[in-house]
Order: sequence, then C-alpha cells, then structure tokens
Amino acid sequence: MHIAKLILKNMMRHKLRTSLTVIGIAIAVISFSLLQTVVTAWHAGVESSGADRLVSRHAVSFIFPLPLAYKEKISHVPGVTDVCYANWFGGVYIDKNQFFARLAVSDNYLDIYPEFVVPPDQMAAYRRERNACIIGSQLAERYHLKLGDLMQMDGDIYPGQWEFVVRGIYSPRDKTIDPSNFFFHWEYVDERMKQETPDRAGYVGWYMIKTRDIAENAAISKSVDDLFANSPAETKTETERAFQQSFLAQAGAILTAMNIISFVIIGIIMLVLGNTMIMAARERVREYAVFKTLGFSAFHLTGLIAGESLAIAALGSGIGILISFPATAGFAVMMPKGWFPIFNLEIPTLLLAAAAAISVGLAAAVFPLQRSLRTTIVDGLRQIG
Amino acid sequence: MATASPIVSLNNVSKSYKRDSNVIPVLKNISFEIPEGEFLGLMGPSGSGKTTLLNLIAGIDRPSAGSLTVCGREVSALSETELARWRSNTVGFVFQFYNLLPVLTAFENVELPLLLTKLSKKERREHVELSLKVVGLEDRMHHYPKQLSGGQEQRVAIARAIVTDPSLIVADEPTGDLDKVSAEEILRLIGRLNTEYRKTIIMVTHDPRAAERAHKVRHLDKGELS
Repeated sequence: MHIAKLILKNMMRHKLRTSLTVIGIAIAVISFSLLQTVVTAWHAGVESSGADRLVSRHAVSFIFPLPLAYKEKISHVPGVTDVCYANWFGGVYIDKNQFFARLAVSDNYLDIYPEFVVPPDQMAAYRRERNACIIGSQLAERYHLKLGDLMQMDGDIYPGQWEFVVRGIYSPRDKTIDPSNFFFHWEYVDERMKQETPDRAGYVGWYMIKTRDIAENAAISKSVDDLFANSPAETKTETERAFQQSFLAQAGAILTAMNIISFVIIGIIMLVLGNTMIMAARERVREYAVFKTLGFSAFHLTGLIAGESLAIAALGSGIGILISFPATAGFAVMMPKGWFPIFNLEIPTLLLAAAAAISVGLAAAVFPLQRSLRTTIVDGLRQIG
Repeated sequence: MATASPIVSLNNVSKSYKRDSNVIPVLKNISFEIPEGEFLGLMGPSGSGKTTLLNLIAGIDRPSAGSLTVCGREVSALSETELARWRSNTVGFVFQFYNLLPVLTAFENVELPLLLTKLSKKERREHVELSLKVVGLEDRMHHYPKQLSGGQEQRVAIARAIVTDPSLIVADEPTGDLDKVSAEEILRLIGRLNTEYRKTIIMVTHDPRAAERAHKVRHLDKGELS
C-alpha cells in the first residue's frame, strides 16, 4: 500500500459526496472555460492586430468618410511604407441575422494584411474582374460557396442589388485570424456611387497605414493628423490595436462582468470543495489522531488531506476540460452565425481553468488541515463518531 | 534473580489541564518505575488519571512537570517530530475501540505503521503476515473491519501494535468493548505477547479479571498512585 492508495480510498469513502463535488468542479471548469472563451473571442481582433499598422479615420466618428485624396498625402509622410483603404459595405446576404464583415477595399489591401492567405492565381483572377470578391474559408464552408459562384447582396449603406463573383478563398494564417471576411473592389462601389449618388463617390471609410518601424508609430500618427488639421475632415490616427480596442470599449462593462462571473464561479466551487473537505476532516478527527499516534507527522497528514483535496479538484477539472471541447463547439454552433468568427478554446484558457481548479484544491485543504494539525492526539482520540 | 532494568521511569510527574481559566490537576507527583518485560495493570475509578498516565508514558501527551524516561529516552524533551518517530519505533498501541481505518483491509491496517519505515514492499508483506499469524488472523487479512467481529478487530489492532516490533505495548481498556469470550481471547493474546515475545505491557483496565492477567497492578485514585 502507498499513501496515494490511501488518498484514493479516502476519496471513495463517500462516493456520492465525492461524485457530486467532482461534477460541481467539472461544471465550474466548463462554465469558466466558456466564459473565458467568449471574452477571448471578443478580444480576437485586438490580438490579431498588427503592430506596424495604423488606422486613420475621421476625427469625429468612424461613420464619417474621408476623401480618397488623403491617400497620396499620407503615403508621403516619412516612415509610411504603404497605405490602403476600406469602406464598410454592410448589406444583407441571404439572412440579415447572419453576420460577417463585408469590406470594399483598395487593391493593395491584402498586401498589408498578409494574415489573409490567398493563392496567387486566385489573387490574379480577383484583380482582373471588377465585381470579384475574396471570401474567408469559413464563409465558403458556411454557404457552400466555391470559386466562380455568384453572391447577391441587398445593399443598405449602399442601396440596391449587388452581385459578386467569388474569385478567391483565403485561409487565415492562424487560429486568431477571422476566417469569415468578405473583400471586394472599392472601385466597384465607387463607380456605382458616381452614377447614382455622385456626392458619395470618392470617399473611403478609413485608411490603413503600414509603417517602417513601430517605434515611429506615434510620430507618424501625429504627422498624419497634422496634415489634415483644421480641414473639413480631420483625422484621428492610432494603432490598429487601439482602434480595435475602441470597439471593445463599448462592450467593456459586459466583458468585465463576464470576467468577474467566471472567477465568481471558481470561488463558489472553492466553497463547495472546502465544505466537502471540512466534512471529511471532521468525520476523521479520530483517524487523524490514530495516524499521529502511529508516528505519522504533520507532513504526512498534509499529504493525505491536501492530496485528497487536490485529487478531487484535479479529477473535476480534468473531466471539465475534456467536456469543455465539445461544449465550446456546441456553443459555437448554437450561436447566430458570425457573432464570433473566432471561437476557439485556447490553451491559456485551459491552463487558467486547470490552475484555478488546482488552487481551489489547495485552498480547500487549508482549513481542514489547520484543524487536524491543531487537534492534539488526546483530543482527537476522545472524539466520538 | 537479578532485577530487570526499568523500561519506564517516572519522577515526580504531574499533569494538569487548563479549561478556560481553571487549572484541573489530573496526576500529582507520580514516581515509579516499570521494569523491562513487566505486564503492569493500571486500575482506578473513572477520572482517576489512568489514561492520562498511559498517554504520558506512550508519548502522546506531555507532562506538566517532572521527568519521564521511556526506553532510555527523556520523552518530555523530544520535539513533536522526534516524538512521532520515537513512538513509531518504540510503542505499540491498543485502543478500546480498536481505531482501525474502515477503508483499509486488515492487511493494510497492519501495514500502516510500516509505511514510515524503509522496508521494501516484500519485507512489509512478510512483517504483516507474521503479525497477523501471531494474532491468528492470517486467513482474514483481506477483510475490511466491518467484515470482522469486535474480537477480530481488536486482534488486527494488536497485530498493528506489534508489527514494528516495539519494546513497549500500551493498551487502554482493550477488552472494554468486547463480550466475555472475545475479551478472554484478547487477554490471552496480550499475555502471550508478554511471555512469548518479551514485550513490556502496560494495560489500563476497569475489569478485575483483566487485571488478574497482569504481573503487577497499580491503582490510581484522584491522580495519585496507591
């Protein structure tokens, strides 16, 4: 026999109690993982933003456009290596509840975004055709689209019927990159605007600026904004990360609440496990006294009590982590399409969940351990029950 | 016949407990010696301090005053860790309510003290089997306590007490929870440990028939030896 076997036997002494505690921990770990995955998904855009990219938008609001003429001026700012632009197109494809980003972009847009990997032949085909589009692999899978297929959209920001031909399907470079974007030629929109609403032609939503050295980002931002100071369309230039974070700020309170709730769940389960361990220790006061009588030291008792608590926590978190994978996948399926294009159970989330469970296991052992170590052998042997 | 050297020596040992602001004296200036190989019975009314005296000798409690030497060690001078190690090597314990771990088999209960030694698994098995054989339970080694009678449980407890081959065995009312037949078996077994295996036995008992087995009986009353 070994101490580990004794821990196992003690765990199995009250099978129902141990099982309920393990299930409770597993549910807590699943909930924690799901909540943290949602928080991570919200932050995905921020995490994938490039350090060497700046975003220049209208100083008043993102919804106001900037003149196309700014591109040339921005490109001459020292430290700027490339400039591209994009418009938020909006529109409805098949079902208005199925969201994905639709962007009218300049021809060099995907040069600045190497994380969207497009095969060269597809890129060449895209560039040849005015109403061509490039879609993400997830979008292709979701709508069963293939190269050459037509996509018809109802415009809202840019009213009317719009028709696109799929000429490219990009693959995200890694799991943090959104695989559900829709890119098409900015000129396609602009040409139609020239015909239908000329005063909307020649405007872009925002500029993306690629910089030579990230150490120059602040200076470049200032230089760009200074260029258009006191003009009818002043700019606000910031890093792509800050730009993405400004979107997150709108949901900041919700994300903070989700973060807090996920840790509250861990706190609750600590109380559950702590209660289980306290009950176990109270029932075994006499046994611990016998252990001490036989020569077992405080070190051994610590191993027995903390070991049992840790074993329950580890079992619960192990089961929870295993179930978290299908639970996250199921959650992703149940959510409206496009809410979270990147919804992956990340390794750091799992490590955090496991670390939290192990911490709970240790913390739950503290009180019963303290009690059993403080109880003298004589008092322990007097205990009835 | 030469007098055996004392295995236990108490010199003006006193013990008192503090309950709130009250100090309750339990043992008062006890001085006596127990020679090696002795079978001593400790008798006295409830609250006379028998179990307290046994606990002091066994090193599971400390005297408030006086000196106590057991098996050549000044017990009251040992730290908690040293005392725990000393107990595991020197003293075997038999309790009134057996105090076996319900989740362990008879074999595993007896093996428990050996987990603190450096013996190999094979050596531990040999020791345990021998101990269970001494108490006549080699055929019940894989039974759990709840599958054994009270007498059998106490025999397992005795096997656990002797498995490390201690010099001293302390027994606190070992027949207090047993019927007459089982009690007789246990007393016979304890007697054999003394005569055949030369163990020094100190047994606290209320039962005059149990005390008859002892070579010598000391009486405690209100914390004083008579």
